[in-house]
Amino acid sequence: MLNEIDGMNTEIKFSPEALAQAQKIIARYPQGKQKSALLPLLHLAQSEFDGWLSPEVMDYVASLLSIKPIEVYEVATFYSMFNTKPVGKCLIEVCQTGPCWLRGADEIVAYIKKKLNIEVGETTADGMFTLKTVECLGSCGTAPMLQCGANFYENLTPEKVDELIEKFRTSGKRTSYLRLNEFQNA
Amino acid sequence: MGRKLLLEHINEPGINTFEVYRKKGGYASVEKALKTMTPDAVTEEVKKSGLRGRGGAGFPAGMKWSFIDKKSDKPRYLVCNADESEPGTFKDRYLMERIPHLLIEGMITSSYALGAKTSYIYIRGEYMYIVRILEKAIDEAYANGFLGKNILGTDYSLDLYVHPGAGAYICGEETALLESLEGKRGNPRLKPPFPAVAGLYASPTVVNNVETIATVPAIVNMTGDEYAKIGIGKSTGTKLISASGHINKPGVYEIELGVPVEEFIYSEEYCGGIWKGRKLKAVVAGGSSVPVLPADLILKTAKGEPRLMTYESLSDGGFATGTMLGSGGFIVMDETTSIVQNLYTFARFYHHESCGQCSPCREGTGWMEKILHRLHHGHGKKEDIDVLLDVSKKIEGNTICPLGDAAAWPVASAIRHFRKEFEEAALAHEPLLVNS
Repeated sequence: MLNEIDGMNTEIKFSPEALAQAQKIIARYPQGKQKSALLPLLHLAQSEFDGWLSPEVMDYVASLLSIKPIEVYEVATFYSMFNTKPVGKCLIEVCQTGPCWLRGADEIVAYIKKKLNIEVGETTADGMFTLKTVECLGSCGTAPMLQCGANFYENLTPEKVDELIEKFRTSGKRTSYLRLNEFQNA
Repeated sequence: MGRKLLLEHINEPGINTFEVYRKKGGYASVEKALKTMTPDAVTEEVKKSGLRGRGGAGFPAGMKWSFIDKKSDKPRYLVCNADESEPGTFKDRYLMERIPHLLIEGMITSSYALGAKTSYIYIRGEYMYIVRILEKAIDEAYANGFLGKNILGTDYSLDLYVHPGAGAYICGEETALLESLEGKRGNPRLKPPFPAVAGLYASPTVVNNVETIATVPAIVNMTGDEYAKIGIGKSTGTKLISASGHINKPGVYEIELGVPVEEFIYSEEYCGGIWKGRKLKAVVAGGSSVPVLPADLILKTAKGEPRLMTYESLSDGGFATGTMLGSGGFIVMDETTSIVQNLYTFARFYHHESCGQCSPCREGTGWMEKILHRLHHGHGKKEDIDVLLDVSKKIEGNTICPLGDAAAWPVASAIRHFRKEFEEAALAHEPLLVNS
């Protein structure tokens, strides 16, 4: 669905660069243990195919590793970083566990909800932002924080959130766990 | 100022590069071990040092190494646990981000001791930006002859890879981590067999925390006996403490084990006191899984002795009046904090992170979250408190891995020390105020 929005080719196949990267990853593990490459390959696939893992994408990854599709599905649904439904271009993940809560995470979540006019788990109508709450990301000393793409944005205030969202909007690019955004803290 | 073994050069510009790290004496332990020591001699030094696993369990690292099955004809593996996910803990992230070569050096020296020819660093997926930092450091180590074939001209060879997870607290449990590294769901394994006999790919494997492995170079360089002189009793050496919550100076501090808790909280060298001029209410001293203690019991033991930052002193009094050093995730709460609400965030965490394999944990963590949610939102009943305790007792000790215990202990301890607050919450008919 998002493929159409982005006007991209819908054929499920890694680019030559991504395929080379996948082969490099598989070579890290002993002969016959190529299934070990599943998590890194799913990260790569999610990054290549619009930020989520469709059944077709998971089947493709299964074929690359010569494993059964079910072995991919059961893993993709276990780990919280894998999206099995489409998400907005910027997946904003706000940590809400104890140490972040002590430093005002609830207020940050409430602020973003109001600003983007969405609930947690929802995507803005323009497909730009999805808001998610997550559990401890190891940023307790710089709380409250959010992750978007590979970046951690820390010591958040409503003003910093405003700046960040503005920057994401201007950039218009899809974020990925495998890429740092061109801007760090607002 | 306490002695620094891990963070001594942390503020040196360029310490993340091979060149500067080497100039500051980095990789000396690899040279010493590979050229002048047998693998068993390295293990012996780690045993003598008294180093205890820094991930949270505190098991003697040298003893863990000595369990590795040497009769097996299968390859041996060293796997670094960089899945740091215990709420309140961010020390490994700091270390890997700022001084990645220290971990790489530790991996080489430790792999040599264990006879591993291939080693992996399993890092939580959310730390993806650190994967790049580690991979750059590994590339530099290869380029300078510290990794790959015939390291430093010796007959020892090692390949080292970084493997990202994808969001699952449970993968910090060592057998779940190995399952995950094999490309499966992170369901902990039944033990025995232990990883030392049948770990990664059913081969002999040691899994150690980042900080544990990063401490090995210091031990090899200074000798185990010298390392053991730092600290108190069976709490030897230095420890990284992640300090968070209502303090003036949150951050990662390297302490010599034995620093008084009071000094750690109030001195300018460490946390710098409670923020906004408020009073201390409670502390979770070793990551969210360990029992919470009220101010009086964290500063002094029930016997009235000053509480120290050691494994033994923090656990003095057992669970009735003590806690644990755990991972060193030191979470401080000021007088305005709602213990009920803080516990609710922990219960939500454990419910979210339960792998679902064992019924007591899968169902029990869900019920604890639900009950705490209604207590916190003013829909609670008086009997909820006893139901919570009952559920926590039915999880504790009845699961394959320690996540069940980790979910139960915070609940039991919060009610033990702050029962009145739970009773007030049960009688309230409106949501508790969010702390300001």
